[in-house]
Amino acid sequence: MNVAEVTDLVVRYGAATALDRVSLAVGERELVALIGPNGAGKSTLVKALSGLVRPAAGSVRVAGRLAHVPEGRQLFGDLTVEDNLRLGAWRRRERDPAAVYEVLPALVPLRRRRAGLLSGGEQQMVAIGRALMSRPDLLVIDELSLGLAPLVVADLVGHLRELNAERGLAVLLIEQNARLALRLCARGYVLEAGRIVTHGPAAELAASPRVARAYLGGPVEAGT
Amino acid sequence: MSDLLQYVLTGLGVGCAYALVGSGLVAIYRVTRVVNFAQGGLAVLGAMSASTLLAAGLPHGVAELLAVGLAAGAGLLVGLVAIGKPGTSPRSSLVITLGLAVFGYAVAVLLWGDQPRSFPGLPGAVSLAGARVQAHYLLVVAVTVPVFAGLALFFSRTYLGKGLSACASNPYAARIVGINVTRMGLLAFTIGGALGGLAGVLVTPVQQVTFDSDVALVVNGFAAAVLGGLERPGLALAGGLLLGVGQTVVAGYGGAAYQIEVALVLMLAVMIWRSARRPLVEEPAV
Repeated sequence: MNVAEVTDLVVRYGAATALDRVSLAVGERELVALIGPNGAGKSTLVKALSGLVRPAAGSVRVAGRLAHVPEGRQLFGDLTVEDNLRLGAWRRRERDPAAVYEVLPALVPLRRRRAGLLSGGEQQMVAIGRALMSRPDLLVIDELSLGLAPLVVADLVGHLRELNAERGLAVLLIEQNARLALRLCARGYVLEAGRIVTHGPAAELAASPRVARAYLGGPVEAGT
Repeated sequence: MSDLLQYVLTGLGVGCAYALVGSGLVAIYRVTRVVNFAQGGLAVLGAMSASTLLAAGLPHGVAELLAVGLAAGAGLLVGLVAIGKPGTSPRSSLVITLGLAVFGYAVAVLLWGDQPRSFPGLPGAVSLAGARVQAHYLLVVAVTVPVFAGLALFFSRTYLGKGLSACASNPYAARIVGINVTRMGLLAFTIGGALGGLAGVLVTPVQQVTFDSDVALVVNGFAAAVLGGLERPGLALAGGLLLGVGQTVVAGYGGAAYQIEVALVLMLAVMIWRSARRPLVEEPAV
């Protein structure tokens, strides 16, 4: 049973084809990486998953709830951290952020602060917290590490591991930093120019000369 | 001295109407990035409907409330036409609202004729520190203040109000968390319509309303709203009151013909000042 399944998806922006027959699946409790260069169509795929762009062909199936951590955080900068969290539960009745504070205790002292004034790492944590407010089965994260210091990224990755292990949250991680993505995730897809060029277990991808050369600057040890 | 006080008190009453129209513009602009030029027309609609309903024998209070409700409904209709079609740019929507404002003239003339209309408000006059003011001006202030307080509470304390603020803050993120931004825009248009209607209903007893009174209302309301960069209802209130007082003082000391110029000069000054700092109407991020 997959939480999300994309089959032969085609997305066009006018005459340009952003995604060309892309297929991808995320299983329950699975951590999946999607890597690829700038402009490959990664963000388009995320938008198609969240229903923000309409496919020209193919299908997008999401079983259960999907929450989206968009590229660039996209917080409500004029509102407080707590308001940002509560708005994450727009489609639900349960709007108490206590459960999210439990998972991300670093947000507690920030709750009355304006989200737009936080550091990049804090903002990314708010964005993840806001997504968690909808009690998702699948978290789609678009560029987790972009613009963040390595220590901050390591902290966020730790939280994701924990959420995955303890709550069974599935994650689709879209990353420019392939090394990071393939260490965290068990499986990965490589998207280039709108097509999936290769996919498989993270260890195999990391070991494949093509991926290593293009994205990793040499072979790396793969993670779990 | 008592003359000045009288002008100021009267001006506050008039300014409340500008502030209501202006805050309606702000409520709509924040959420949709559209300047609703039909806003003055909604005030006229409210005023005219109230006069008809009162003439039909409805009691005070009920007639005015119904008229405000009608204006809110008309505001929703304006919103549906202006932003209902997905992908309409704020600039196109603005032109649509201008068109609807002109269309509103035709409807108003058809229904109510081209003669000024009025209806009695709160009768009598009140003496305050030697200045005599029509009691109705005080009623206008007494209604506007709680309305503004309620609006402020609605936007800052309620979940729905925060949803509207979220659309204003980051419409893309609002869609991501599942907020229907178009529907929230329509809600903003409805609120704006109610505020415009309320302005019309409140000023009519002291200032006769004709089908083309909307120009003065929307120009003054816009000038008031511009003070807060079309984003801050509190500043729209301040701007409206400032304008109202400025105009009545200018009129009182002999320049009744220059009322609209006061608004235009203030608006120009604010716009020049603001544009020297940053663009007034920012392009929405794609």
